[in-house]
Amino acid sequence: MIEAILIAVAVVFGIGILCALGLVIADRYMSVSVDETEARLRAVLPGANCGACGYTGCDGYAKALASGAEAKTNLCIPGADATSREISTILGVAFADVVEQVAVIHCGGDCKETGPRAEYYGPKTCAAASLVYGGAGKCKYGCIGYGDCAAACPNGAICIQNGIALVDTRKCTGCGICTRTCPHRLITLMADVERVLVTCSSNDKGAVTRAACSHGCIGCRKCEKNCPTGAITVSDNLASVDYERCIKCDKCAEGCPTGCIMISDFAGIHRYTVTEKETVTL
Amino acid sequence: MTHFLMILMTSVLVNNYVLTKFLGICPFLGVSKKLSQATGMGIAVTFVMLLSTAVTWPVQTYLLERFDLAYLQTIVFILVIASLVQLVEIVLKRYIPALHASLGIYLPLITTNCAVLGVALQNVKDGYGFAESMVSSLGCGLGFLLAMVLFAGVRSRLVDADPPECFKGLPITLIAASIVALSLVGFSGVANGLFGA
Repeated sequence: MIEAILIAVAVVFGIGILCALGLVIADRYMSVSVDETEARLRAVLPGANCGACGYTGCDGYAKALASGAEAKTNLCIPGADATSREISTILGVAFADVVEQVAVIHCGGDCKETGPRAEYYGPKTCAAASLVYGGAGKCKYGCIGYGDCAAACPNGAICIQNGIALVDTRKCTGCGICTRTCPHRLITLMADVERVLVTCSSNDKGAVTRAACSHGCIGCRKCEKNCPTGAITVSDNLASVDYERCIKCDKCAEGCPTGCIMISDFAGIHRYTVTEKETVTL
Repeated sequence: MTHFLMILMTSVLVNNYVLTKFLGICPFLGVSKKLSQATGMGIAVTFVMLLSTAVTWPVQTYLLERFDLAYLQTIVFILVIASLVQLVEIVLKRYIPALHASLGIYLPLITTNCAVLGVALQNVKDGYGFAESMVSSLGCGLGFLLAMVLFAGVRSRLVDADPPECFKGLPITLIAASIVALSLVGFSGVANGLFGA
């Protein structure tokens, strides 16, 4: 009896030891030495494996950096500037600023520019108000102003001023939660190195837009003509910017007759009117 | 020859491990979203099944049966297969990095996959010899690959489907899986008819 138990224990134990030995030997003689730089790079990356850098995970990015296949040290969005700085130190290259995303609101129709079309007495949320003919404002595309986005923002970066939402770009972390709460889909994320921004979302014809809001894009195509690189195009009565081609010359904003194309340096938003440059501070 | 063909066909179609025996459901549901991934997983499983049979059969015949230790089958097989897969991973990483890059992420996932263990145990239960066991494992692996590829195709259609809210996600996937499984029932008897057992 005891013999049978001993044999069973010995067999399982023996197989276990043999397997372990095999693995140890294999690891000793066949393991691939991980590049030391790669290991250090991997250590400074956050390990979230979010894929924002374009690689399969932090391991992939570290590998690409170490092998020299990837030269950009600023691709890690969650790690932000701190991680970029550490990567640059390890690789001994110049520090590159991480292009952070900020939320921008594609509507500039505040109380001065537009007004109500009807009186609305329902629940004071954008989601509810938008169900009634797209909101009570004159423009059915614009900001409703009950601040669903401000309520959703985890950083308190959005406030409602003069009836429209404004983003404090210093507090915004670019998480994108607000973009999903806006019933009119007015909020998008934009890289904080860009400058021009179309602050209108109306697809109505110029005359209709003009009657609803003095700030709206009337589709006059002046910006299209002013742009030296063809980065800005008007389609469906609304200008849109191709940031790949934009050279940040501000000509579109200077020429815009309604001032709906605005310039931002992400400390404050500047608006060119026909005559002078006015700064809208947050 | 007919005997081997019959074992192969039976294990691919009639006794398909995923769709008739319901083993290895986790990778079947988990890694079948993309055809390329499903194929990779299927090939990796076939590979591991062949390898594990090649090792577990001698262990069973020359060790466990000789010492009357057949009741230790499960634990010994798990031990052997798990270390074997680890070993294969190390070897692949060193000598065939390209293959490791494409199979590598699936290998740890299937170290003790129930389908892999199931094949090893079933071969013993069926009383197969070494060659028969290998053919049977190859068939089971190919059957797994077939199920993965079929289901990846079905799932790519599911993306465009618009089921009721309560069926979205896993429920509709499970229903689709059951319908695919149902279709394989049609093969029962095919092998017998073809090879006239």
